[in-house]
Amino acid sequence: MNEPGSNSQTVSSVTRSSVGPEVAEADASCRTPLTALFIGTAFWIFVSSVLALVASIHFHSPGFLADSAWLGYGRLQPASHESLLYGCCLQASLGIGLWLFARLGRTTLSLPWLATAGAGFLNVGVAIGVGGILNGDRTGFPSVDMPGYAAPVLLIGYLLVGLSSAMTFHRRTEHTLFATQWFLLAALFWFPWIYTTGQLFLVQFPARGVAQAVIACWYANNFQNVYLWLTGLGAVFYFIPKLTGNDLHSRYLALLTFWIILLFASWGGISASAPAPAWMAALSMAATAVNLVTLAAVGLSAYRTAQPVPRHGPSVLPLRFVLFGVVAFLGAGLMQIVGALPYLSEFTDLTWFGAAREQLNVLGFFAMVAFGAIYFIVPRLAGFDCLCPKGARAHFWLSAVGIVLAVLPALVAGLVEGLRMRNPDLGFVAISQGTLHLLRVSTLGLCLIALGQGFFLINLVLHVIRSWRQCAVTTYSTVTADLFKPAGVKS
Amino acid sequence: MNYGPLIFLAAFFALAGSWFGFVITPQVQMGRQQPTNTLGSPVTYPVSRPGLARQGLQVYRANGCADCHSQQVRQSGTLLVVALTDRGTNQAAVVAALQKLKPGLSGSDAARMLQDLPKPILSSTKRQEADAAVKSLSTAGAKAALSIVPQGPDLERGWGKRRTVAGDFLYDNPVLLGSQRVGPDLANVGVRLPDMNWELCHLYWPRTEVKDSPMPACRFLFEKRPIGSAHSPDALVFPPGTDPAPGCEIVPLPEAQALAAYLVSLRADAPLFEAPLAPIPAAAVSTNTPAASGITTNAPTANTPKPS
Repeated sequence: MNEPGSNSQTVSSVTRSSVGPEVAEADASCRTPLTALFIGTAFWIFVSSVLALVASIHFHSPGFLADSAWLGYGRLQPASHESLLYGCCLQASLGIGLWLFARLGRTTLSLPWLATAGAGFLNVGVAIGVGGILNGDRTGFPSVDMPGYAAPVLLIGYLLVGLSSAMTFHRRTEHTLFATQWFLLAALFWFPWIYTTGQLFLVQFPARGVAQAVIACWYANNFQNVYLWLTGLGAVFYFIPKLTGNDLHSRYLALLTFWIILLFASWGGISASAPAPAWMAALSMAATAVNLVTLAAVGLSAYRTAQPVPRHGPSVLPLRFVLFGVVAFLGAGLMQIVGALPYLSEFTDLTWFGAAREQLNVLGFFAMVAFGAIYFIVPRLAGFDCLCPKGARAHFWLSAVGIVLAVLPALVAGLVEGLRMRNPDLGFVAISQGTLHLLRVSTLGLCLIALGQGFFLINLVLHVIRSWRQCAVTTYSTVTADLFKPAGVKS
Repeated sequence: MNYGPLIFLAAFFALAGSWFGFVITPQVQMGRQQPTNTLGSPVTYPVSRPGLARQGLQVYRANGCADCHSQQVRQSGTLLVVALTDRGTNQAAVVAALQKLKPGLSGSDAARMLQDLPKPILSSTKRQEADAAVKSLSTAGAKAALSIVPQGPDLERGWGKRRTVAGDFLYDNPVLLGSQRVGPDLANVGVRLPDMNWELCHLYWPRTEVKDSPMPACRFLFEKRPIGSAHSPDALVFPPGTDPAPGCEIVPLPEAQALAAYLVSLRADAPLFEAPLAPIPAAAVSTNTPAASGITTNAPTANTPKPS
């Protein structure tokens, strides 16, 4: 199909094929499920950022909340991490995917009620999972930390929304596929496989010995560096052309990115220090190094497509989010390669470096791209824009500054820690005390992030309330139009 | 790239490849790993942890200890140390062999090296070189011991004697290797700090045992109660001058007991085929086979809580 340039951006001037429905009609069909998914996204990222903030205070005051088990660092931190991954990222990726499948396929959403039910299951699943973690039922594997009893609910939710996505894709009237659809389709299939693998081999029927740790690394890598990359980059390849009004620079660069991610990214994630057979770490390292091609392709494609960047208009803010996400993607990708190289990984392994990289990837890249997409999609769902632009701008700046403030100090702390760890004469307490002032800045960053997500949640909820009210007013005036007509003009 | 099925198949085969590589292969390669004897000794390693320590692993998991503590000791290499343990009867031949091993060594210096045995005379990273040295010394009638000393910053820090291997976790479920070191590595904490009371005091208020420790306190694992007519036999004994709750006694809950038992059971220091380890002989032991002394395992005997 045509690249999503400026022509098809507004509802009035569309270049749709004759058989497809009106764009407005397609958007309206997405309204209920997407509102549910996006409100869930905003709610869980707010919860996650508040939990992360409270967890990080533990570093500065060892006696903080020490009398309650469920508010300990080792429970708040995974609760925050899992609600970010499954509450925010998974839901946002599904919501954006639904909308893009409908929009790019020039069709209405198939089985919207199924997707709405799926959104309900997802939110209930995440709530059960986060509650379980706080209750002490975490599995202990980062990214698969939700207790086993939350997983079926979450998986049912995913499958219901996924079925709606697949049916929408199947019923498309525009048969030429745009780059974004490759990414989304692969991701749609990717998640259930890795999730069931993680649950079966780690939680329900745990593998024996260190194989568990290898599978946990494989899962975390496939979720954060394949699933989130596929959905995030899929959105980037759609929204940058859409928001700038330019054509996608090169379909072949997108194709290259797609194949490299598919073939190589899923082999990363096994660290050289793990007590596993050495070939695994070596293979992982080689596969991670190939990601340099992905970074170059994405960077070049985004740079060439985004020129010239529009300075005014309603698309500026969503574009800012997406471009911030692309820069964060490049940064996180470089950090991943640095962290996998044989000599450098001795300094970066097992330090704050890994945590900083993950935060930059998940929050800086994926969540920011998703916010940009949500700010673009939400006004179109309702048919009118009730989002407060000031709130949205505050959300962007607080998130952007917060992420930089949270990630950079943690990155420096990781490098400092890694260098000092090489000197065995330096006591460990001295090393960890040496990183504390950097972590204080990081906590400040988390504070800004939490504040920004608060603005996001309030803005989105108010938008939904206002759009409902407007809907009600419009419906009321249409229905009662006849009643209030002067008696004389009755026809 | 205009066909949905094509993209589906691409994703299917790509994911199937990495699934077989990193999910199925590790289970085939490591899933049937069995306990084995330690190097040069019939002691079986690893043995299952005692029941209380197994419960402690679940407390460790639930409270996220692995978020800040790794259990993976890294090793950058291995140093082979040849130590002369017995000078034999033919001193001239031994001196000649020493001079051959260390070119530029004067005869009197070499003769002086034969005093105060055992004494390390050669360090090498190459197995052939070390074996040749042992052989030339034994040909001269002396006896030499070959020691295997793992190297690396973690080991110099005292966090272990050798690197962590897959066999160390054979009986653990879940296997919590940790991914970050906000606190020290715990793979061998039971060797470093075998005292249950120390572990419990440290859990209650870390700064009583480690000055300026940034570790969050785990007071929720303990009960604080006024000292009544009878002192609880389980109450913690804090180091003098650090009692965080004067007038009260701090009694560990069963979870705290279990967690401390688990920590004390963390001893991954047995010499294994895949991670050899042989200390430099300290006493006058005369043998030219790799010494296998100092074998400690996580056997139950080491984990019995000390009555406090």
